[in-house]
Amino acid sequence: MAIDLTTDARLQVGTHTLSSRLIVGTGKYASYALMAEALERSGTDCITVAVRRERLIDAAGNNLLDFVDTSRYTLLPNTAGCFTAEDAVRVARLGREILQGLENPGEDWVKLEVLSDTKTLLPDPVATLAATEKLVAEGFQVLCYTTDDPIIARRLKEAGATSVMPAGSPIGSGQGVLNPNNIRICLEYLKDGDPDYPVIVDAGVGTASDVTFAMELGVDGVLLNTGIAHAGDPLSMASAMKHAVEAGRLAYRAGRIPRRLYATASSPDDGRIAPLPR
Amino acid sequence: MQVTINDEPREIEPGTSVAALLAELGRDPRHVAVEVNHELVPRATHGERMLSEGDRLEVVTLVGGG
Repeated sequence: MAIDLTTDARLQVGTHTLSSRLIVGTGKYASYALMAEALERSGTDCITVAVRRERLIDAAGNNLLDFVDTSRYTLLPNTAGCFTAEDAVRVARLGREILQGLENPGEDWVKLEVLSDTKTLLPDPVATLAATEKLVAEGFQVLCYTTDDPIIARRLKEAGATSVMPAGSPIGSGQGVLNPNNIRICLEYLKDGDPDYPVIVDAGVGTASDVTFAMELGVDGVLLNTGIAHAGDPLSMASAMKHAVEAGRLAYRAGRIPRRLYATASSPDDGRIAPLPR
Repeated sequence: MQVTINDEPREIEPGTSVAALLAELGRDPRHVAVEVNHELVPRATHGERMLSEGDRLEVVTLVGGG
């Protein structure tokens, strides 16, 4: 029996039902107009945004909000650029405040990023855990960007994270999923007795096959930004990513064949006109 | 009196509220969030929150990010 594409395409994260398993970032595009078109082609209905100081001198500057239909997309505000739990909590509150002003359904969640190092942009797991506890206590649905370490993944879930989002590889590195075994163990631990718990690969995917590979591992979704924004042709890559996430999901649900060392013929042995070699 | 907005000093009239300051800056209050001295000032209270000499404000909005 074939999988129902329309229902299986949905991604449930806490109280949010998304129509695509792809979440797309809005950073690093050559222009906001290009970003808007790429988002459209990606098929996503959930986009991440960052919270930054308003440029008070440049009143005529373009604002992201002029290019995003906030009635169409669920915004997922991030705490990118924060290096302490305290700053991440402040930024999460500021993001919620703005989304409440926009009356966007994303007002109750946050993509938590607490980084430790500007070179690797790897998360600080201790500070991430502390910020998760604080934000959960304040009523946020917390989507945690973390490493692919299964132990911290489990600790974040225990702390109340709505979703754990292990990185495939460092942010913007385009290296794909470097340690699929860790992602598999994350999935096993996080979904143990809780098969619908959402696990999303966040960061590091560089092209469509990276996304498909991640989805084939059994993750529920992929969050990406640079892979589209910095592609040679971001619009075509946005379409590629849309198909990649669907292909990977379907292949995962369909069940791949086992890997074998030797060949198995696809055409029948019976009825050949020529004998088999010895 | 002087306050600091996003690390820049600014002269404002005594008795200026957060709402009045945003109006002076030409900002739509629905598109920004404001902190005074590291504490979020909810939009509903912008009108009653008066600023004081030396207050440190953050006025933030949404930008593209991943």
